[in-house]
Amino acid sequence: METLTLLDWGFDLLLGLGLICLAWWTLFCTDLFKAIVLFITFGLLMALLWVRLEAPDVALAEAAIGAGLTGALLMAALARLQNASRNANSNDSPKPGEKQND
Amino acid sequence: MNPAMFFALIGVGLFCLGLFSLIINSHLLRKILAINIMGSGVFLVLVALAKRAENMPADPVPHAMVITGIVVAISATALALTLMLRVASETGHATLVDEAEK
Amino acid sequence: MLLTCNIQQCAMQLDEPVYCANTGNSMNRKLFLIILLLPLLLTLAAGLGYAVLSLPEQPQYLPELVIDNMHESGVSHPVTAVLLNFRGYDTLLEMVVLLLALLAVWSLDITASRNKTRHKSAPGLVLDTLTRLLTPVLILVTAYLLWVGAHAPGGAFQAGSVLAASGVLLLLAGWRISDKLTAFPLRIILIAGPSMFIIISVLTMLFEGHLLKYPVAQAGLFIVILETLATLSIGATLAALFIGVRPKESNKGRQHE
Repeated sequence: METLTLLDWGFDLLLGLGLICLAWWTLFCTDLFKAIVLFITFGLLMALLWVRLEAPDVALAEAAIGAGLTGALLMAALARLQNASRNANSNDSPKPGEKQND
Repeated sequence: MNPAMFFALIGVGLFCLGLFSLIINSHLLRKILAINIMGSGVFLVLVALAKRAENMPADPVPHAMVITGIVVAISATALALTLMLRVASETGHATLVDEAEK
Repeated sequence: MLLTCNIQQCAMQLDEPVYCANTGNSMNRKLFLIILLLPLLLTLAAGLGYAVLSLPEQPQYLPELVIDNMHESGVSHPVTAVLLNFRGYDTLLEMVVLLLALLAVWSLDITASRNKTRHKSAPGLVLDTLTRLLTPVLILVTAYLLWVGAHAPGGAFQAGSVLAASGVLLLLAGWRISDKLTAFPLRIILIAGPSMFIIISVLTMLFEGHLLKYPVAQAGLFIVILETLATLSIGATLAALFIGVRPKESNKGRQHE
């Protein structure tokens, strides 16, 4: 009986602190692609958390929308951003000389 | 302190972490990631508070609010990403320029 | 020590390559900003944590209210009942918000071929096979989630998002919807959900006196109709948000350069 609550607490602690560390890593890592992949992982871990908090509807919605669709949107935006900057670097840009971001 | 309160505190931590990243980072995609993590923190607080009574089933009203919130968050993220792409195509880079640094 | 290393690292990568010219000045500014910000944010975190922990132990009377009125709601799952019956107004506004976001994205006019160097490549074998296998499965899962939402976890939003995910998978594999279908039928599907909500809210206001108060005998039927149209709308809206580019106008409309 006691080991079950200890296990419960250990699992909760691992989940909660893992979430905070994952959020820190997502927000402050150097590569944008890595940040988006970590964000998708964060969403999946949140889905696990919703199941732990007895909210299966929210878990379904978070896994599909929060992790899946938001991740796809972010990746598409990053690809368009890098595409645009690569094209602007290769062409002669008519804009006044602004440094390009990567 | 039961697990629900622990997760509510984790939600507060996520919110403040996202706020810190929102203020500090200057790249627009990182700001959008930060806003999403702030939103996830708020949802965590809501759902954790729905389960703070020990032996009762979870309260369904915050679950409905969080499902609505997840859908609204993805639509706001999609709009923010489109705005970021427009800013990038108009000015050439996707950062917010601090006035004193120009 | 780990914290200060992280702070140094995040200060180092804060000025993205653009502002390399005055690195010293801007990094000093950013470090100063961080040192100013940290105590304020810690105070905010402490205040919010205290506010969260000092809430009364027992939740208020809402859960009992929901359970007592479940027999009038037409479904047997509490979250679905709350989403589509007791707080149907929130769901109506949410669908309108989704539509508004799509309109705003379309009006921002991100053209896909602003630069002419678009590469069209065939999808890889894994993506191709997986899409062919998964799309019918995902459509079945959508229908199942929609139907099971009445008595188990599921419902319109989950089903609509799975439909949108299958749409995104198809788009990634290279499938494009034909131009004839994007003009009118797509727009009909997009507005079907919100407009059915608005029609039913007007009808209930005329016949029952209150907004979105379903007659108890037909509540289940209303919820099924609303959920089906909402699923289609949500799936189409989210997939259209993923595409981002506004569909081309038909030849009969005004020519847009």
